[in-house]
Amino acid sequence: MDLVIRRPEGLYCPPGDFYIDPWRPVSRAVITHAHADHARAGHDHYLVSADSEHVLRARFGQLPMETLHYGESIDHHGVQVSLHPAGHVLGSAQVRLAYKGHVWVVSGDYKLAPDPTCALFEPVRCDTFITESTFGLPVYRWPDEATVMQSINEWWAKNASQGVSSLLYAYAFGKGQRLLAGLDPSIGPIITHGSLDALNLAYQASGVALPKTARVTDVNDADKKRALILAPPSAASSPWMKRFGETSHAMVSGWMQIRGARRRRGVDRGFVLSDHADWPALLSAIDATGASRVIVTHGNAVSLIRWLNETGRQAQAFETEYGEIES
Amino acid sequence: MKAFAALYQALDRTTSSRKKIAAIAAYLDTVAPEEAAWAVYFLAGGKIKRLLPTAYLRAYVLRQTDLPHWLFEECYETVGDLAETIALLLPQSRTVRDTPLNEWVTEGLLPLQSLGEEERASELDRLLDGWDSDTRFICLKFITGGFRVGVSRLTVTRALAQHTGLAVTQMAQRMVGYLNNRQNPSATRYQALVADRDEDLKAIEPGQPYPFFLAQPLGQETDALNALWAESNRWQVEWKWDGIRAQIVCRHGEVWLWSRGEDLITEQFPELSEMAQVLPAGTVLDGEILVWHEGQFISASFASLQKRLGRKRLTEAFKRDYPVVFMAYDLLEHEGLDCREEPLQIRRERLVNLSGAHPDSRLKLSPVVAVDDAEQASCEQATAREARVEGLMIKALDSQYGVGRTRQAGLWFKYKLDPLTVDAVLIYAQRGHGRRASLYTDYTLAVWDDATPGAPRTLVPIAKAYSGLMDKEIKQIDAILRKSTIESFGPVKRVEPTLVFELGFEGILPSPRHKSGVALRFPRLLRWRIDKPVQEADSLVTLKALL
Repeated sequence: MDLVIRRPEGLYCPPGDFYIDPWRPVSRAVITHAHADHARAGHDHYLVSADSEHVLRARFGQLPMETLHYGESIDHHGVQVSLHPAGHVLGSAQVRLAYKGHVWVVSGDYKLAPDPTCALFEPVRCDTFITESTFGLPVYRWPDEATVMQSINEWWAKNASQGVSSLLYAYAFGKGQRLLAGLDPSIGPIITHGSLDALNLAYQASGVALPKTARVTDVNDADKKRALILAPPSAASSPWMKRFGETSHAMVSGWMQIRGARRRRGVDRGFVLSDHADWPALLSAIDATGASRVIVTHGNAVSLIRWLNETGRQAQAFETEYGEIES
Repeated sequence: MKAFAALYQALDRTTSSRKKIAAIAAYLDTVAPEEAAWAVYFLAGGKIKRLLPTAYLRAYVLRQTDLPHWLFEECYETVGDLAETIALLLPQSRTVRDTPLNEWVTEGLLPLQSLGEEERASELDRLLDGWDSDTRFICLKFITGGFRVGVSRLTVTRALAQHTGLAVTQMAQRMVGYLNNRQNPSATRYQALVADRDEDLKAIEPGQPYPFFLAQPLGQETDALNALWAESNRWQVEWKWDGIRAQIVCRHGEVWLWSRGEDLITEQFPELSEMAQVLPAGTVLDGEILVWHEGQFISASFASLQKRLGRKRLTEAFKRDYPVVFMAYDLLEHEGLDCREEPLQIRRERLVNLSGAHPDSRLKLSPVVAVDDAEQASCEQATAREARVEGLMIKALDSQYGVGRTRQAGLWFKYKLDPLTVDAVLIYAQRGHGRRASLYTDYTLAVWDDATPGAPRTLVPIAKAYSGLMDKEIKQIDAILRKSTIESFGPVKRVEPTLVFELGFEGILPSPRHKSGVALRFPRLLRWRIDKPVQEADSLVTLKALL
């Protein structure tokens, strides 16, 4: 029997009568993580991982929330529900559903690479695995993240030595904190765009260590020239950017793997660092579940499904409304 | 290759020309002349012939990666660049070789020419092994013949000037002909390029042409035209010929014919070098190559010239059917002396005398069009299409012959005809390349065919076009296309016909090869007609009326 089906409101578990990351308001929702395309306001009840409590509050204010530690399980209408680390952002979880001997896992978004700001992805055995495919093509193979962080720090240090501000565009939630944790604060001050501040506090409240950051108004002009400025891509053409003099612009995203995408952005540098699994990671994550059936949601679903079917696995698609934000 | 790859990265990582110039100059300061010779060649846009069919590259990457063909094509569609796709897919490695650029090209790449196609493919390992993925990308760009790095020839010229301490104009002069692909770059040629004295260059390149002087475009508004005559009445007006811009260089009893793209095209037009043999040594003419039948008042169409260009072997019959002339409009070197700094009026006088002294039906003198004011200019321009010219050239009588599209040396304007236009419907779309990779930007456009009375109208394709829109519009259209796909044939999507564009083109010819029966010249998107419903797009009958 299918433990998850697609309904107009979102992915639905019929025996448990609840939804997972629904895109329309419902009475019970299990949320994999706090990105806006997966967590939405307006549900009557939220089941979330304990680690994501603070970030969800920072984004949505008070919510009717019930939290669950990773590995802990509850029973709902006979469905055993447990959450397991997805390694995507702080608090991100794979949802494991067990019912009458069937096990399904809804993975939300995930990555296998280590990230100092969230728990490492945990492979969970299951019969059916529901996976994302944001970067579901073999051209997406991520370089080692330590090397990427090192080149970001080198870029910053070189700019700072020439009196040029370093402006780093990255998605405010998740990528922003992962970068902060990897930046070398000895190079210069770190200035953050206002949209990161509440999230940084939420991360710190959850016990993630982040370096000290400043607001642009607190930094004098001489220090700005040595500074690294962290901002979401949406700030690119805003008046906020006018506060800096000569600036080198860089974007951090998995999409930067493709030169055309980098050039469209019009940035000087594109650093390839993603919170999503690359092609080899998608395949190894799928293999590790031992699932005989795979359902692919947002991204390059068509390619991944065809590949899986051609290599002896049974795969199909779920049309979802995920993947509408920067990755 | 390491040094060149590092330079490539530096150039790719900045949009500032100042930084690009500095990066190239710094690179030239450190590398050997053998390497600099090739680097300058490639950076300035020099090409080498593609030595491997892309099918072999595809086969190679499939073998190396064990990917199915469809998945490779899917990747290529997303990346929008063959070399980049392959570099991203090949198993990763680090750079462990130390071959310089010139050695990789002359000892690895160029020798492929003497091999059979199968053997060429087996050389790929040797060309690509031992490099990291960024370097391999550059190697593959060379192999596919598509190397570009967002550096203009002028940027390279400026970098050379910075590197040598010579003036930019002098460097531009020396760069002319450097990209000519009949002679490989070499340390000797590079050293002549950066030599202290001009004589060193002349000794090596006797057929050296001058940099072409290019006209500024003049807006279509009558105001722009009025402003010219309001400013001065010392203009020389000529037709803007629709052929191939070229220079004839006659020195030491030899003749060289150079196209504006700085290709040496002497052999393609033997009649012209024959004609030029009789010109005095030390003569350089600027003009246009046209197909022109004797006794005709206007030139043949550009299509005839294209036929002539497409021919590898010229038969006597072919030369007779497509006879060429050189329509001279300027004299750059006279009696062995560079006269580009003389005013146009003087150069013209000498040109008239020269052509008068050497009558030959293959040497024509571009006539001066009698125009005394803006109004007359506008009237003459309106007749351009019937005269098979592109419009008018308006040159200041006191203008020197400058370098490139600059204004310092004197004013030259081109006053082109408005393009012909038609409102057409987008029916197929394909993803673009480079900056437009993965976005649907290559469109096939159609007009209504209502030839059969009583039968429902159908849309018949007339042209492919992919330029002329703003980034913002491209994004909007991409989003619409993704939602309105009816079916896909490989990379091509057939979409619901909902979008209408104003399509501009320079000419229209009957063409039995096309379903519509017509072929458009230089089709491009002028604007998105959001205001126009699909039903009101133009019909094939309207289009054919332009024939």
